[in-house]
Amino acid sequence: MSTDTMDTTERTRALLTSSEPRRKAVDRLMTVLIWAAFVVAMIPLVSLLWTVLVNGAGRVSLDFLTYSMRGIFGGDPSGGIYHAIMGTLIITGWAALISVPVGLLTAIYLVEYGRGALARSVTFFVDVMTGIPSIVAGLFVVALMTIFLGPGARFGIMGAIALSVLMIPVVVRSCEEMLKLVPNELREASYALGVPKWLTIIRVVLRTSVAGLTTGILLAVARVIGETAPLLVAVGVTDSINLNAFEGRMTTLPVFIYRQYSQGMATCREDQLNCVVDISYQNAWGAALVLIIVVMLLNIAGRLVNRWFAPKLR
Amino acid sequence: MAQRIDVKDVNIYYGDFLAVEGVSMTIEPRSVTAFIGPSGCGKSTFIRTLNRMHEVIPGAYVDGSVELEGVDLYGPGVDPVAVRRNIGMVFQRPNPFPTMSIRDNVLAGVKLNNRRISKSDADDLVESSLRGANLWNEVKDRLEKPGSGLSGGQQQRLCIARTIAVKPQVVLMDEPCSALDPISTLAIEDLIQEMKKDYTIVIVTHNMQQAARVSDRTAFFNIAGTGKPGKLIEMDDTATIFSSPSEQATEDYVSGRFG
Repeated sequence: MSTDTMDTTERTRALLTSSEPRRKAVDRLMTVLIWAAFVVAMIPLVSLLWTVLVNGAGRVSLDFLTYSMRGIFGGDPSGGIYHAIMGTLIITGWAALISVPVGLLTAIYLVEYGRGALARSVTFFVDVMTGIPSIVAGLFVVALMTIFLGPGARFGIMGAIALSVLMIPVVVRSCEEMLKLVPNELREASYALGVPKWLTIIRVVLRTSVAGLTTGILLAVARVIGETAPLLVAVGVTDSINLNAFEGRMTTLPVFIYRQYSQGMATCREDQLNCVVDISYQNAWGAALVLIIVVMLLNIAGRLVNRWFAPKLR
Repeated sequence: MAQRIDVKDVNIYYGDFLAVEGVSMTIEPRSVTAFIGPSGCGKSTFIRTLNRMHEVIPGAYVDGSVELEGVDLYGPGVDPVAVRRNIGMVFQRPNPFPTMSIRDNVLAGVKLNNRRISKSDADDLVESSLRGANLWNEVKDRLEKPGSGLSGGQQQRLCIARTIAVKPQVVLMDEPCSALDPISTLAIEDLIQEMKKDYTIVIVTHNMQQAARVSDRTAFFNIAGTGKPGKLIEMDDTATIFSSPSEQATEDYVSGRFG
């Protein structure tokens, strides 16, 4: 009897431990591959951040952040990027102000109301919009404004409109996905309490998904804040501070970076005191670092909103 | 408080598909009416037509009449939103609002409708509703905690509290205990017994013992086959349905000789 039990135990042990060596090998191989892919993907990111940090950190100072480039020529290192920071914030802010209502309302329509041909065509055209090259968006706005204001018009708001052409489809897509994630049971629970549909959407659907919506909108902002080409054609450039989006040209950080980098080395005479040969490059790197920091701050703000509004369990 | 429902020749459709055919019944006030029957026979579909929840599904519609004290719920000029305020519903899976505290969940019917309510009225309503749902003693010290932190049975009673906080005449329950353990189920069955003093209660259940325990009247629904519409086979006092039903199909079903 006892040998029998022994036998059964042994046989069961053999049954339970008989693993397939192939599966283990494949498991190990895939783990290595995936980690390798992760490292490969991290290399450009880390290298990019490192390069920008090393090249830009030396240039960033309080003066650099608070002065404009007005009246700065050649190798003069006393210029700054205040005008470009403000230009970026104002133009991106206007772009968000236009795109968020349009995009969010479109997403609400598609998820809560849309059926049939209209909804299908809206979805289709949103997809088409996603594929518009950014320069085309810029040219579209220039062409549009030329009709009303004649040629040569360059305003901040034109850049904002160009950016919102790029931003709206991203906002629609990400908000749509977030609204779809809200369980139908919550909508039904709300209807069953005698809450009308519009209030259900505002107080239950949007409230439940607000964290995701914020993330989606911030991703869309991050997508357009680095745009150069459409702004170059629609807003132009300036060395001065201009806080009015409805009059005169503006400079944004990406455009500033492009302009500075394309200027190349400055020529300094022997007797010139305040002259740095590679100041344009330094300016470009400094501005790039500031742009990355701005995007990062936006993301952190998004995370905080996310944490604040996310449904809690305890 | 409680009101009576008369259903006459109701056909329920999802688009072209006839889901439930030719149902007529009377649901008495201050009583518990149970709907039993196999899965897919249209019990849930039918209970959702009683407060016009059915039509939130695209393409779904109803013909025939559902009268609440003689007023046709599907008649012209009747607002489905007002109907649902009057006829509350508890769902199969507990669905408290995840962004709200326990207190706010109870007040959801008031707050989501943007109605103003004074702090003391709100406190009274929260306490009376939670007491009505037998949940007050368990949660009175943590009203500001999120509702989704409660256990499944507590969440379901929270949903019942939320439903009775809008002071409906009728409470519909669509398999309210099917996601709960036996102890929570017992708590809810006791609650149903108390609630029937004040409300008309309709409950869908898969559990025949439950129907036998809690209900005064029982309706048996059946379906002839997949793709065929569900039908009301018979409706009678619960004791009759479970002892000597008039239809053979009912007897087979309640005695477990089904299929």
